[in-house]
Amino acid sequence: MNSFLSTMSNHRLTILSIFGSLLVLVFILRLIKHKKIKEEYSLLWIGFSIIFLILSLFRPLLESLANVLGIYYAPSALLLIFVLAQFFILVQFSIVISKLSNNNKNLTQEIALLKAKINNSPINRENFRRPEQE
Amino acid sequence: MGSPVLVSASTPPTIDHEIIHFDVNPVTQDGLLLEMPKIIIVIPAFNEQDNIKNVILSIKNFRRSLDCVVINDASTDNTQQIASSVENAYVIELPNNLGIGGAVQTGFKFAIENDYDFAVQFDGDGQHLAGELDKILSPVIDGTCDVCIGSRFIDNNTDNFRSTATRRFGILFFQQMNKLLIKQNISDSTSGFRAYNKKAIHFLSKHYPTDYPEPESIILLGKNNFTIKEVPVLMQERQNGQSSISGLKPIYYMLKVSLAMWMAHIRKY
Repeated sequence: MNSFLSTMSNHRLTILSIFGSLLVLVFILRLIKHKKIKEEYSLLWIGFSIIFLILSLFRPLLESLANVLGIYYAPSALLLIFVLAQFFILVQFSIVISKLSNNNKNLTQEIALLKAKINNSPINRENFRRPEQE
Repeated sequence: MGSPVLVSASTPPTIDHEIIHFDVNPVTQDGLLLEMPKIIIVIPAFNEQDNIKNVILSIKNFRRSLDCVVINDASTDNTQQIASSVENAYVIELPNNLGIGGAVQTGFKFAIENDYDFAVQFDGDGQHLAGELDKILSPVIDGTCDVCIGSRFIDNNTDNFRSTATRRFGILFFQQMNKLLIKQNISDSTSGFRAYNKKAIHFLSKHYPTDYPEPESIILLGKNNFTIKEVPVLMQERQNGQSSISGLKPIYYMLKVSLAMWMAHIRKY
């Protein structure tokens, strides 16, 4: 009786993880289709959801992986992979944000310099610098 | 009107420098006129409406031939209007707030675009004194060094404004880091009163930290074989407004700057 319940719960977890990873995969692909995510930033999501899906589908593969890692309860290995996936994706975000803020800084400086140039150009200077009449 | 002291107030500033006017042209021993170097004073300003005008005027009164560029770092007060009302100063308004480093770097880019020979970083809060400009400018002009830093801690003049105890501890810590990383004794790493020659301006217009740039840029310059010199200067306590580093920020500041200094040390350009 006890072992029957535990097999059931293992199956439930398998079904859940298969559906979960399929859902993520479809969701990400849809976002790419609608140009909400650029392809280069979706690769990590797609890669990890495929790995997740394969490990959920083939239980022996997951068992042997858990064995290699010394994890007693095989589905915990899925959790580990999930955490790893989040880690890599978040690091990628930090990289992209840093790049964006650098680009943003350069653009801000460039716009400010151009604006100053326009305001100081001989054509605009007279209008711009005319002393106010009182 | 607003600036009665300026003799050359009728001459509007030109971005391409068709008109360059000097107080006195230096003469060589043969009696030949020497071309004066073009010097720009870069003044970063964030919400400095109470100080900015006096800062510009003090520089212009000190030496008329010094060009001033105010980098308004997206101030939310009237800094822009007040700075633009002063004749003969360029004002560059950043559309986003970049932090002091991003603002100063804009000044370096401006200096490169307009072919200046030397640049001075001069805070917009009235802390730096125009009368001290020659002390940091002369070593870079005569070629003794690429960068000259005005230091509050070299000589033991007790009248000098030396900042708070916590800040002094930080400065002492950075001094040890400088000794360790670039084997140079820089007593006032956080001083933003600095003069640069063209070579240094070129380099910093490409590589300059965005926030809290002063200690990090010393490592950056030292690692890239720029010669740095320190001279004693006087500074004043800020006239109006708040310092940029307060509250819990000192802890963040120390961590961020220490990490940045270490990274600048191991990074290669």
